[in-house]
Amino acid sequence: MTSIPAVQVDGLDKTFRLPQERIHTLKERALHPLRRTRYQQLTALRGVSFSVDQGEFFGIVGRNGSGKSTLLKLIAGIYGADSGTIRLRGRMSPFIELGVGFNPELPARDNVLLNAIMLGLTPDEAEARFGSIIEFAELEEFVDLKLKNYSAGMHVRLAFAVMAKVDADVLLIDEVLAVGDAAFQQKCFDTLEERRRAGTTILFVSHAMDVVEMVCDRAMLLEGGRVVEIGQPAGVARRYNEINFATARAAAMPDWGGGAGDGDAKILDAWFENADGRRVPAMLQGEACSFHALVEFVRSVERPALGFVLADERKRRVFAANTQTARIETGAFAAGERVELSVHFKNVLAAGRYFASPVVAHSGPGAKVMDLRGEMVTFVVTGGHAADGLVALPHEVRLQRIAETERVG
Amino acid sequence: MSAGAYEMKGPSAFAGGSRRMLQLTRILAVTEFKLRFFDSFLGYFWSLLRPLLFFGVLFVVFNEFVKFGGGAKDYPLLLLNGIVLFSFFQEATTRGVTAVVDHEALVRKVQFPRMAIPLSTVMTAVFNLALSLVVLLIFVLASGHAPALSWLELPLLAAALVGLACGAAMLVSALYVFARDVQPIWEVGMQALFYATPILYPIERVAEHSTTAAHFLMCNPVAVVIEQARHALIDPTAPSAADAIGGAVWLAIPIGIAIGGCALGFAVFNRTAPRIAEEL
Repeated sequence: MTSIPAVQVDGLDKTFRLPQERIHTLKERALHPLRRTRYQQLTALRGVSFSVDQGEFFGIVGRNGSGKSTLLKLIAGIYGADSGTIRLRGRMSPFIELGVGFNPELPARDNVLLNAIMLGLTPDEAEARFGSIIEFAELEEFVDLKLKNYSAGMHVRLAFAVMAKVDADVLLIDEVLAVGDAAFQQKCFDTLEERRRAGTTILFVSHAMDVVEMVCDRAMLLEGGRVVEIGQPAGVARRYNEINFATARAAAMPDWGGGAGDGDAKILDAWFENADGRRVPAMLQGEACSFHALVEFVRSVERPALGFVLADERKRRVFAANTQTARIETGAFAAGERVELSVHFKNVLAAGRYFASPVVAHSGPGAKVMDLRGEMVTFVVTGGHAADGLVALPHEVRLQRIAETERVG
Repeated sequence: MSAGAYEMKGPSAFAGGSRRMLQLTRILAVTEFKLRFFDSFLGYFWSLLRPLLFFGVLFVVFNEFVKFGGGAKDYPLLLLNGIVLFSFFQEATTRGVTAVVDHEALVRKVQFPRMAIPLSTVMTAVFNLALSLVVLLIFVLASGHAPALSWLELPLLAAALVGLACGAAMLVSALYVFARDVQPIWEVGMQALFYATPILYPIERVAEHSTTAAHFLMCNPVAVVIEQARHALIDPTAPSAADAIGGAVWLAIPIGIAIGGCALGFAVFNRTAPRIAEEL
């Protein structure tokens, strides 16, 4: 692969001025001629610099409002930058969304021609490629059907097909491949892959980390308009999940209060650690990790049981562990004494979000609870493939051909 | 693929090249035209029927009940001529007001020469104008007028009016993005202009009362086009635009207004174009 940068962005800044009260009418302006409209400065991008090589599949990730779409719009030339430069090599696709300008009242034929010309083809080229566009979309029978009678999937297929047949050396794609059936999605990715092999550079904005990890060569993480990380998609995806769920957890903190139980003990904190002993909100599948809970006893307690329950997003109990089933003799604790529970395990969970609920209970039958904090910790598992099932068990897949003769025999 | 590196400057009225702008103008205009008549029973005939029906109503009222014609030769043709030309200007500009905002989806998602939007609105109206002018000529012929060499003035006059409409559409479409009251103001203004233009009445009738008033009315560039078209197409004895304003020299005023208006519209649109996507 050549290493000529197809897109080079240097120190890009973009600030929007949002009027606090929108003055949309002259009357308001006339009644309050001296009142200056108060603007709120919204900095969408600060000092963003990066470069993408020709033929690279470059992912841009970030939470809502992190500046991803603004960045694409600046690169496409829809917005003008406040400062900084964008240097391009080759023909830039002038759009960031599929199916722009599609009109529900017009048949597919008119929409395709309109859209293709909007996206940069000349009318003659659009006319010439019409057949292959419709064929790609697999909509030959519906050419004269008005778009409003199309299903959402057909709509997306048509839109993607137009994009696939437009010439551009750099494609900008903003969250588009979420719709359509699996077969068509595969076709979309195959098409993008094909174009990339032909030298097309692709900038791809997405929230779907598994997709980014799967298709992108490199990725960039934006947060608050700044570049946080550029590098391997897996690393960027992990960082994204950390940022994303760290704030989600912080937001959930105040809800901890009043756990269920008699109050003989208090759970002060709970967290997950990776193999290096660092607190982490997310973990790669397959790594060793541990759950920790810090407990303070309020009254003196004999032989308490400590443990935790891990549930997935659908509240299904995935895993539970405690001192009792592990046959650990906990002993006696005085009031005010603190203890840290840790459960070490290999993370074989399927990618997704999990909730850990630590619990402290009296021993014996009935197991009266001292303190229980439901869903105190959120934990994200990343990596692996878009796996099905609850766990990713260590496994090996084999396939053996059965010879004809053996079958008869 | 061997294109050299270049800098992306952001949106503007012409970014992307004038050829692309013209192609977009055409496809947008054709689409708009199709959309407007797509589902109607009579289809494109409406674009012919509308000025004719309006003409019919005005004709009945002002020729039969209120005698506005004042014995002008070919009053019905004068009326139709005025309606056809004025309707074009009115349609092109009032639709022009909301044009940019109506194309919000495109403006916010695609980089293209923004100027294509107001121009396409005017172009859609030009399709209607062309059809209407054919009807007008048929009526003129049917009334017993022979084609004259002066008919060749018509394309020039129409072109001038189209140019004026483009300038006005650029101005109002850009202003509307920032202040929504441009729409009612423009609509009222168009209505006032309709009565201030010699459409329902021949300009001679005004001159009979006050030549100053007649000269003043003729400062309106649209009135100049309509009056000159009447002189060229229908009635060579009717005052030409130059006569009506009191001498060819005075034509400098409406021409100046037209050119100044177009320049203003162009300048305003050109200045606001880079920011339109953000302000919508």
